[in-house]
Amino acid sequence: MKNIEVRGLTHVYSRGTPFEKTAIDSLDLAIQAGMTVGLIGHTGSGKSTLISHLNALLKPTAGTVLLDGEDIFASKAAIRAARFRVGVVFQYPEYQLFEETVFADIAYGPKNLKLDKSEIDRRVRQAAAFVGLDEGYFDRSPLELSGGQKRRTAIAGVLAMEPELLVLDEPTAGLDPAGRADLLEKLFAWKRARNATVLLVTHDMTIAGLCDRLVVMEAGRIVLDGTPAEVFAQSGKLLSIGLDLPPAAHIARLLREKGLDVPAGIYTEDQLYEAVLALWQGKGGVPC
Amino acid sequence: MLKDITLGQYFPGDTPVHRLDPRTKLLLTVFYIIALFTVGSWGGYALCIAALGAVMTVSHIRPGALLRGLKPLVFIIVFTAALNLFFTTGDDYLFRWRSIKISYAGLERAAAMVLRILLLVSGTFLLTYTTSPLAITDGLERLLSPLKKLHVPVYELSLMMCIALRFIPLLIEETDRIMSAQKARGADLETGTLPERARALMPLLIPLFVSSFRRADELALAMECRCYNGGEGRTRMKQLHMAGRDAVAFCLGGALMAGILLLRRLGI
Repeated sequence: MKNIEVRGLTHVYSRGTPFEKTAIDSLDLAIQAGMTVGLIGHTGSGKSTLISHLNALLKPTAGTVLLDGEDIFASKAAIRAARFRVGVVFQYPEYQLFEETVFADIAYGPKNLKLDKSEIDRRVRQAAAFVGLDEGYFDRSPLELSGGQKRRTAIAGVLAMEPELLVLDEPTAGLDPAGRADLLEKLFAWKRARNATVLLVTHDMTIAGLCDRLVVMEAGRIVLDGTPAEVFAQSGKLLSIGLDLPPAAHIARLLREKGLDVPAGIYTEDQLYEAVLALWQGKGGVPC
Repeated sequence: MLKDITLGQYFPGDTPVHRLDPRTKLLLTVFYIIALFTVGSWGGYALCIAALGAVMTVSHIRPGALLRGLKPLVFIIVFTAALNLFFTTGDDYLFRWRSIKISYAGLERAAAMVLRILLLVSGTFLLTYTTSPLAITDGLERLLSPLKKLHVPVYELSLMMCIALRFIPLLIEETDRIMSAQKARGADLETGTLPERARALMPLLIPLFVSSFRRADELALAMECRCYNGGEGRTRMKQLHMAGRDAVAFCLGGALMAGILLLRRLGI
């Protein structure tokens, strides 16, 4: 069983200056292999700082990160190994594109892994196929592509490293609804095919509802942790820390406030439909 | 790690030093530099150190912040010290071994030069630590405005400086971000031979250039959308006003200069 565990992690920025800020405050988190975990929290709650520790880009002020029980900060070799095992797609990853061709850009990570040529070739093709870039794009400059295609190229660059844990920081930010749905579907397909673990940072509560488990952060700490149903059942708490609810959960909450008997923890349209239908029939209505 | 660069970084605060007119601070910094070069005795250096210490205390700048800023200058300081130490001829030698000689005069001169560089840089750091970049450009523009008569494009120069200063933190942030992204893809920026390291910088530099051009384009567009058309006839949102504390600051600066000249005369 491969998993990642964060123990007592604290990170303080700009220590000893007037800008000193505790971004993460003794945080514990364990993620089981094969799970899709959503990380939500408003801007400045420490999400991005947390994910930068998972592949050893930031060194913790205190605490540590364990990958299969081993400290990733133990040695230079361990840090480098963690970089390859934990793939991180940062916000707006298209700004990291630099190579002359799409193919070369996707191959940058695998090349750093010092793989042989045929393996690099296989991985680039596979990663490109996963994100839906056909081979016609391989020889084009990544800088000439449209925004959505750039995003896919950048994500493929990380997928090609075949990480065991994939961390995505708002992968769908700035995409149109169709592009968003398409990209998510492709990412979930990749996850299933590789049986990888995924940590998804998002502001979009509909996307959060697709995860197996949700972790809510506020001011550098975890305030809620559980299945989407459990987390969205705490709608008052979520709203009080400035977060949103999925549309269905919002409607359910409004209905509950009106005194109607709608169960807590509803967050998908289907569940809402069932609940409203039950109410309707309970009042003697006929389903249409 | 890039965030540790403090060169020219502003520490916001609300102390008498922060509240001084930027023109006063600029002029006094120039004055301080001239004073440093007129120092002719150890007593004069002591006076400068005392003045620097007083400004630091009043403006709540911690010595640690100053030292961090001095770190990149270690090479220049060591180089200057070595040059003066080994190549000053004198009568009495402290140390002699084959062609390597260290004279007492050389020792004294090296110490004085190092002290001078440290004081010089610290003084200018105090200016940038206590004055926001925008205030500095504002002050500079006002101080240089007489040059407009000589057709020096003062306004354009100060606008360029202002934009450059504004973009430095953005570029640092951007570099940090791109560096993280490439490191996440296994980029190795720290080891390897020199050509290897130079090559390893490409994944950093190209996205940085691309985004700089994008930013410049966006800024130009935004300025045109607001009907920007140069300096002629523009009024300012923040007017600079000299106040009583500026007069006090000038008096203290004058006192420092007088003290240095006096100590030089007395040879203390």
